[in-house]
This record gives sequence, structure tokens and C-alpha cells, in this order.
Amino acid sequence: MASTDTKAGAGRTDDLEGLEAGLDALDAVETRRTPLRETLLRKVLPPVVAVVLVLVVWQLLVWAEVTDAYKLPAPSAVWDSLSRMWLQGTLFGVMWTSVSRALLGFVLALAIGTPLGLLVARVKVVRAAIGPILSGLQSLPSVAWVPPAVLWLGLNDRMMFAVILLGAVPSIANGLVAGVDQVPPLFLRAGRTLGATGLRGAWHVVMPAALPGYLAGLKQGWAFSWRSLMAAEIIASSPELGLGLGQLLENGRNNSDMPGIFLAILLILLVGIAVDLLVFSPLERAVLRRRGLLGRG
Amino acid sequence: MAITIGTSARAEDRTAVEYAARIERVSKSFAGPAGQQLVLDDISLDVAPGEFVTLLGASGCGKSTLLNLVAGLDRPSSGAIATDGRPALMFQEHALFPWLTAGKNIELALRLRGVPKADRRDEAERLLELVRLGGAYGKRVHELSGGMRQRVAMARALAQDSRLLLMDEPFAALDAITRDVLHGELTRIWETANSGGPAAGGLSVLFVTHNVREAVRLAQRVVLLSSRPGRIAREWTVGMPQPRRIEDAAVAELSLEITEQLRGEIRRHGQH
Repeated sequence: MASTDTKAGAGRTDDLEGLEAGLDALDAVETRRTPLRETLLRKVLPPVVAVVLVLVVWQLLVWAEVTDAYKLPAPSAVWDSLSRMWLQGTLFGVMWTSVSRALLGFVLALAIGTPLGLLVARVKVVRAAIGPILSGLQSLPSVAWVPPAVLWLGLNDRMMFAVILLGAVPSIANGLVAGVDQVPPLFLRAGRTLGATGLRGAWHVVMPAALPGYLAGLKQGWAFSWRSLMAAEIIASSPELGLGLGQLLENGRNNSDMPGIFLAILLILLVGIAVDLLVFSPLERAVLRRRGLLGRG
Repeated sequence: MAITIGTSARAEDRTAVEYAARIERVSKSFAGPAGQQLVLDDISLDVAPGEFVTLLGASGCGKSTLLNLVAGLDRPSSGAIATDGRPALMFQEHALFPWLTAGKNIELALRLRGVPKADRRDEAERLLELVRLGGAYGKRVHELSGGMRQRVAMARALAQDSRLLLMDEPFAALDAITRDVLHGELTRIWETANSGGPAAGGLSVLFVTHNVREAVRLAQRVVLLSSRPGRIAREWTVGMPQPRRIEDAAVAELSLEITEQLRGEIRRHGQH
């Protein structure tokens, strides 16, 4: 788009302007949004087909009577359990009991893990002191915390939150530490020459640069929250705690109700997938796309 | 030993300053495997207001180290550096923040300089126009070509409104044609900034490169550094009027002379 009417500066720069416009046009990166039909075809269809296939194989196994009916219920039996809970009006109540616990626990973990991560990332002594412990804690199964938590806090919601925190805080803190560590030194130097030092540097440069790592930590933190909570709910059941998905699963075992067990497992899986798909994946993709870090397809 | 970096002049008495940067007997050594290693040895150099100086040298001559010292990113081991206000710095990599658009990168520089929010957008647009990227305000960094990124980086550096622009091999990673174009742009911007006479502000450039022709193409003065430790070996005043072209016979002739000297400096290191 070399406009002939802008004789910027002296006339001798005109050829430079034209050359530059040509170079810019040649180098322009085309970005294209994928049409909805293509998205449906490429992203939605394959998982739907996979789920249908699993259901088909499942039904075939039931028809072939590979094992006793009480060990492998038919998909229709699980569906009946689901519709019974739906008709009783308990389905969302049970799910909400667990989801609300996990979300509240996750928010608490966020509030503790974020400053802890910043502290470990920026203060050398703190890092030397608790950095290795924090990474080590990630590999400790959070189920291990349930017995001590029950003895310390009793059978109540506080115990659940304690287990969630012990599972999720290290992930969130470690994600932030990794994010800060991966900030290119060039950005820090550029920030300093622009006058972004101290807190302004942290706000304008370090935090946005560390965001992808932090988000990855949050995603993992959520997965750990959910897993820890399920472990806690299965092991520690008490009428006072209210019925969550973990207890639903444990009740199924106690009553030898295999369709109920399958349903509980499916619901636990569903919540985990839904939160990842609806919250974390879009967030992560948006951040990466804005920075041009997302490959095509 | 007094080390003054940064504010040596306030806006009111800017015209009273006779230099954009004054490097006085600066030495710098780093802790190396064989004890303290001297990187810069007793460098003294003045950059006059509005002057364009290129620092030329082979690798290991400490030219980037010197630029970092002038930028205030590091401190000299001895000697003093004074600059007229805080200098702007451009790197070989564009160093634009990928989480911001081209326009917002410039606005961040304006914001950190203290420009009121209401004025930032217009000023950013004006600076983008200056580097002939009028339509790029909302573009993401990854959507721009290498040459366009360096022009946005130049606009961001100019947004600091410094009287001294430090450039650390800013065009080294670009292809020859794009580099040529950016030489032209830099010359134009530098000339425009200084067209109002010394009292109207002006812009000095201290440009580091290992490319002899680039140094001659751009500068009023070429300063050759020797390597290990970096010392000022010689300097040349370049008299040809701008705009020059890198293919000009006069540029080639002087480049040849400087290259010979540079080769001599490098050869000395192979002799022991």
C-alpha cells in the first residue's frame, strides 16, 4: 500500500518507502480463523466417535456375557441409575457437594500457592530451603495425607480442604516458579531500560512473561485438587459430610451396586474433563494464541 | 572513584550539557576461570549532542559490555560514565513483549516514562507512523516480519524520548535488503530529530556493530576497539553527506581501510 501522496521528509526517501512497503507486504503473516464446519469435523467428531466405539464394545461384551452381570453392568443399567438419581433430584446435589468443595479448596490453594511460588522464585534463601521439598511433594500421592488429616482435624470439611491444599499448593507454586524461571533475561533487560524496575518490573514484565507457566501450574493444581478430594471422600465417609461423588462411589461398593459404581466413576471423570475443557484449556489457548505460541491445527 | 550514571542534566538546562554520553577512563573486569579478566581497559569516549557514533570491533572486544555500562545495566570496575538523561537501548533481538500488541508495547514505554494515559494512544500512533508502520497498532508481535519488529522496537526506544539511543547490533539478524532499508530509516529518523538545531533537543546514537560497512554507512564517527582487553585502537571521522548507500565508492574505500586495521588487530591475537 505505497501511497504516492505522502511525501514524508525529503523526496529522496520515496524509493525507500516503496521498498519498505513491498518488503512488509511480502513478509506479512496471514492469519486465518478456522470455519465452524472444519472445527466440528476435526475437533468434535473424533472424540464423539471414540466414545460411541467404547459404548459399542462395552455393550458387545455384555451381550457376549464375558463375566457375571453384577461385575459388568450393561450401559442401559448405568443409564437407569443416572435417570433414577435425576428423577430423585439428587444428581446435581451430589455433584455440587464435590464440585463446590473442590473449587473452594482450589481457590484456597491458589491464594496460598501464588505468593508461596513468588517467594520461592524470587528469594534465594527460601528457594534453597523449601524448593526441593515443594517439587518432591508433587510426587507424593495426596491419599497419603488423608489418614493424618482425619486424625488432626476429624471427619469434616476442614479435613477435605487440608487434603486438597496439600495436593494442589505444590503444583501451583511450582508452576509459578517454573514460569518465572523461564522468563527470558532479554525481557528483564528490556524492561529495565524502559524503566520497569522493582515492583513495576514485576507487574509489567515478570508476571505477564511467567503467565503460561503459571497457567500450566493452575491446570495441574486443579487436577490434583480433584484427585485429592476424591481420595478423601472415598476414605473418609461420615453422614455429617454430606453425599459427594466419592461417597457415592464408596456407597456403591458397600451395596455391591455395580451400575452405581460405574455411574460415580463416569461422573468424577466428567467433572474433571468438563472443568479442564471449559476453564483451563480455553484460558491456556487464548494466552498462547495471543503470543503466537500455538501451532496451527 | 566517582561513578555517575543517569541524571546529570534536568530538562531546563539541557542545552548546557556538551555531551550526550561521557565515558571517562572506564575499565571493566569480570571474574573468569583464570582470576579477574580485563574486558575493557581505560576507555574514554565522548558522544556529542546529536552525534552518530559507531563502535566497531571483533568479537571479544567488549563493545556490548561497554554499551551495557552506558545503559546503566552494569557498573564499571573503575572510571565514570555520565549520560544526558536515561538512554534508550535497542538489542539485536527485538525484545518486544509478546503479550502486548505493537501499539501497547510502545504505550508501555510511554507509561513508564510518565506520559498521561489520555495522550499515550496518539503518541504511539505517531511513533508507528514515524517508522512507517501506521497500520500496525493492533498487530501482535508474531504477526510482524523481522524488519517490522525491529522498526516497532525502534519506535518503542524512541518512545522513551531519550537524547541518547544505544543500539547493540540491532540489524545483525536481518537479511541484507531489509537491513539496507532500516539503515535508511534510522538515518532519516536521526536527521529529523536533529533538524531543529542543538537547542531543540536532538538525538545522539551510539551504535555497536561488527560490520565495517554498516559502521561507515551510518556514522559521523567510527571508533575501532581492539580485543581482549577492549581498548580504543583508532577512530575515523566520516565526512560523506547522508543519505549514503552501503555500495557508495567512498563508503567502500573507507571500509577497506578500516577493515585492514581491524584485521591487524585480530591478527595480533594469533601471534602468541
